[in-house]
Amino acid sequence: MEIPRHWRLKQQRYSLVGETCPHCEAKIFPPRDVCPTCGGEAKTQYTFSGKGEVFSYTTIYEAPSGYDETAPYTVALVKLEEGPIITAQLTDLGDQPVEIGMPVEMVTRKLRSENEDRGILIYGYKFRPVLSRAA
Amino acid sequence: MPENTLLKPVKPVGIVGYGAYVPRYRIPAKEIARIWTGGKDSVPIKEKAVPGLDEDVATMSIEAARNALLRAPVNPQEIRAVWVGSESHPYAVKPTSTIVAEAIGAAPNVQAGDWEFACKAGTEAMVAAIGLVGSGMAHYAMAIGMDTAQGRPGDALEYTAGAGGAAYLLGPAEESLAVINATFSYVTDTPDFWRRPEQKYPQHGLRFTGEPAYFKHITEAGKTLMEASGTTAKDYRYAVFHQPNTKFPQRVAGILGFTKEQIAPGLLVPVIGNTYAGAAVIGLTAILDIAEPGDRILMVSFGSGAGSDAFDILVTEAIKERQGRAPKTQDYIARRTEIDYGTYVRFRDKLAK
Ligand SMILES: [Zn+2]
Repeated sequence: MEIPRHWRLKQQRYSLVGETCPHCEAKIFPPRDVCPTCGGEAKTQYTFSGKGEVFSYTTIYEAPSGYDETAPYTVALVKLEEGPIITAQLTDLGDQPVEIGMPVEMVTRKLRSENEDRGILIYGYKFRPVLSRAA
Repeated sequence: MPENTLLKPVKPVGIVGYGAYVPRYRIPAKEIARIWTGGKDSVPIKEKAVPGLDEDVATMSIEAARNALLRAPVNPQEIRAVWVGSESHPYAVKPTSTIVAEAIGAAPNVQAGDWEFACKAGTEAMVAAIGLVGSGMAHYAMAIGMDTAQGRPGDALEYTAGAGGAAYLLGPAEESLAVINATFSYVTDTPDFWRRPEQKYPQHGLRFTGEPAYFKHITEAGKTLMEASGTTAKDYRYAVFHQPNTKFPQRVAGILGFTKEQIAPGLLVPVIGNTYAGAAVIGLTAILDIAEPGDRILMVSFGSGAGSDAFDILVTEAIKERQGRAPKTQDYIARRTEIDYGTYVRFRDKLAK
């Protein structure tokens, strides 16, 4: 992917900015300006909470070029609490096993580095197990 | 003492929100000693935090800044500066701060810049942010101290060079959870520690690291701040100092008249390592997490090269309601996965390729 495309996508990638439908209030990600639920025009920006759960997952051992530095890694379908299901890498798993229904939260991480050590760094959303907090 | 000894803004300024970040992985110092000395060396800390493969100062700053914003009821578009102090910025040319500003929704009407002053880059950014807010130029300014420090394999620094830091949203005192009464800085040209361009690991001037550097600058800054403020160590509930290892901050606290109890909550180096530009400022987050209204806190940073910034901080009533809005520093410390030296070498990109 070339630099202009990374640059255009930065808001939705860094902070999960999508859209909300003014007609039926569906939350839309990735943004596409048309509501997939009611077909109406939907251009109102909406920043997702970043909370969701693992819908399904798979572990990648043979990573595509550019992603091999972090292989093996786990890719999941994450069901956001606002409704949409998106594909994203899981991170910060440590020795924690992944389970369907596991609560996760969005973090912004380094996705990859272009052209080894000379190109731009691509940042974007991943999901990690929800940080547990003392009461 | 001259009248303008202390740095005080025209309009009172304080901390509106604060947030910490520590990566998940830990390598025990004993595991490093196992590789290099067969485990015979006494070690300067228990363990240090290690960033994951997809983490750097930009991603870590984003999470700390988001935590600061969770505690501050502020529209990010009202933030007029995002300043990141670090000695491990991911790019040599291209600011970390633009990435952070974009990710937290503060772009585009914002000052963005990366600050460098070894381990005091973060507090340097805080002092500047106080000036920007206190002059009326900005309503809010974000200052961050964050590092993913590296030590040459086998070097003494490898035991302690950790990862973590904190973000502070500075704003008007009346909106703050802690007011910054004044700051004072003490800076000289001292060759205690440096890294030349394109060198991966730093060098240290062994004879210079202790007395003429760390101890001299912290005691001068702390002592002068207290003298000019008419305070002594007894007036403070807590104190936090730059912490390259466990012993230095304990000793400098004693020199300035502070007890072990006063520094205990902010002394994080034994469990996360020396987080360089993040060290003093993340110690302060752990204190703010447990502070009560009316508590007074002294923070003194230290950066090699060399200098110290001292802060006189007074906690307000607003603290109680904001402490729980974001993860506490101890929550991050408790999230812990131990790694061995082999995994550490991979995570920290120490393999020759
Ligand atoms: Zn709709």
